[in-house]
Amino acid sequence: MVVADDIPESAVSTRNISKNYGDVEALRDLSLEFPRGQLTSLLGPSGCGKTTLLKIIAGLLEPTSGEVEVNGQMVTGPGPDRAFVFQDFALLPWASVMRNVSFGLEMRGVAKSEREDIAARYIKEVGLGGFENAYPHELSGGMRQRVGLARALSVDAEVLLMDEPFSAVDEQTRRKFQEDLLGLVQNENKTFIFVTHSIEEAVYVSDQIAILLPRPSRVHEIIRPSGFRDKGVDNIRRDPEYLDIVDEIWASLRTYVE
Amino acid sequence: MASSLWKSSMMKRANLLKILSALILFGAWEIAGRIPVSLAFPTFLESMSALFAMAFDGTLWAAYGETLQPLVVGVAISAVLGIAIGLWVGLSDFFDWLFSPIFIVMQAAPLAALIPLLVLAYGIGLTSKVLVVCIMAMPVIVLNTAGAVRNTPESMKEMGKAFLASDLSVILKIVIPAASPVIFAGLRLGISAGFIGAILAELKITPTGVGDIITYSRSIADYPSMYAAIFSIILLAVLFLNLLEKTEAVLFKGNQRGYVSD
Repeated sequence: MVVADDIPESAVSTRNISKNYGDVEALRDLSLEFPRGQLTSLLGPSGCGKTTLLKIIAGLLEPTSGEVEVNGQMVTGPGPDRAFVFQDFALLPWASVMRNVSFGLEMRGVAKSEREDIAARYIKEVGLGGFENAYPHELSGGMRQRVGLARALSVDAEVLLMDEPFSAVDEQTRRKFQEDLLGLVQNENKTFIFVTHSIEEAVYVSDQIAILLPRPSRVHEIIRPSGFRDKGVDNIRRDPEYLDIVDEIWASLRTYVE
Repeated sequence: MASSLWKSSMMKRANLLKILSALILFGAWEIAGRIPVSLAFPTFLESMSALFAMAFDGTLWAAYGETLQPLVVGVAISAVLGIAIGLWVGLSDFFDWLFSPIFIVMQAAPLAALIPLLVLAYGIGLTSKVLVVCIMAMPVIVLNTAGAVRNTPESMKEMGKAFLASDLSVILKIVIPAASPVIFAGLRLGISAGFIGAILAELKITPTGVGDIITYSRSIADYPSMYAAIFSIILLAVLFLNLLEKTEAVLFKGNQRGYVSD
């Protein structure tokens, strides 16, 4: 259950990443591989540096030492090969759904008519058809995150970085998002890196779970659930392997939760 | 549909309330003038008839021809330069250190007492009057703009960078629109202060334009004309501020309801 031998090559690798904020060591000597076309979760108690690691991979933060490679290329800053989904959505309140979704394409210099065609397609794909001209304040939390997701998908990056994307939406919407995410991983040929603090969510959506422990942050364990991925979205939550993994992760995390 | 109906009925109610409060104010003015609270306080109707008399014989328009020069030039300089400096101050710690104290001092300075110094340096012409308008209008525009820019939500700027926006694009497409509600609030305050500055300059430097009507009418005890002139400048300021508000609503539609995280 823990180790599978058919791990595909890495789309993203981090090597010996350390990150200090003044005297505080947020990450120490962290190395991790992210297999291509799969979803890897970064899971751990709050303050374990999972968001810091994600932002270092995104190129938004610079590591104190160590390096990140995406498709063999060293990361020195944000790049067209990565797109980001934010925990607080980070939508522009003065811009319509259409302008928000096409923002990334606009910054890449795509012509207006072309980027609106692409954006319209992804707005439909995330289920927001008809809301193209709505403003963010007119949408529910779940719909706002769909806008954030459409924005990230529309730039067609190979790596999708998601920072607790479902933590600000309600429980039922979250379940729907998780199911949709599984479909996305299967249909889009992308590598997903997913930060979450929910054990159940991580086990439900992930091909690989990296458990980080805090102060300073390091990889405690890598788990690769393999048995229940093909059994259909409705059967995952009662699969014995799913339940075992959830219990096992909780057992290793519980001592770190204040 | 229902919400737009509700919105339009709210709009009607807001307009109704505006008219009602104006009526109450003018009624109170009329009553206070009739008591009278002071011999130097004319009634509302007397002031209005003086206003129409001045409008018909052309003195009012000639006066505004004079007053609007330093006002328009000063407000334009304050708005453009004020927003530009405010952006700079908000984006760079160095410029914050360099400029902020100047504008804080400018805002706190007792301007009427400093006017003789300005006259000494720049004479009694248009330059001094424009400067008075700028000293009144600019600090609040600069300080508001700088504060708003500094408080741009970090995650929005991060979003811009993550989606490959250049530094210039982050400023133009994220920082300025995000700061616009507070920038416009600063503009509103600054421009009303500019109106005060324009009249102050005409009272303290050389009596021209509307300031001349006020000074002259007072000296010959023609109080209705004096209050008519004061009323006209307030009316102009209110109309201009309403225009500014409309401009803001058109430019940044989604901002009306505040931020997404609200």
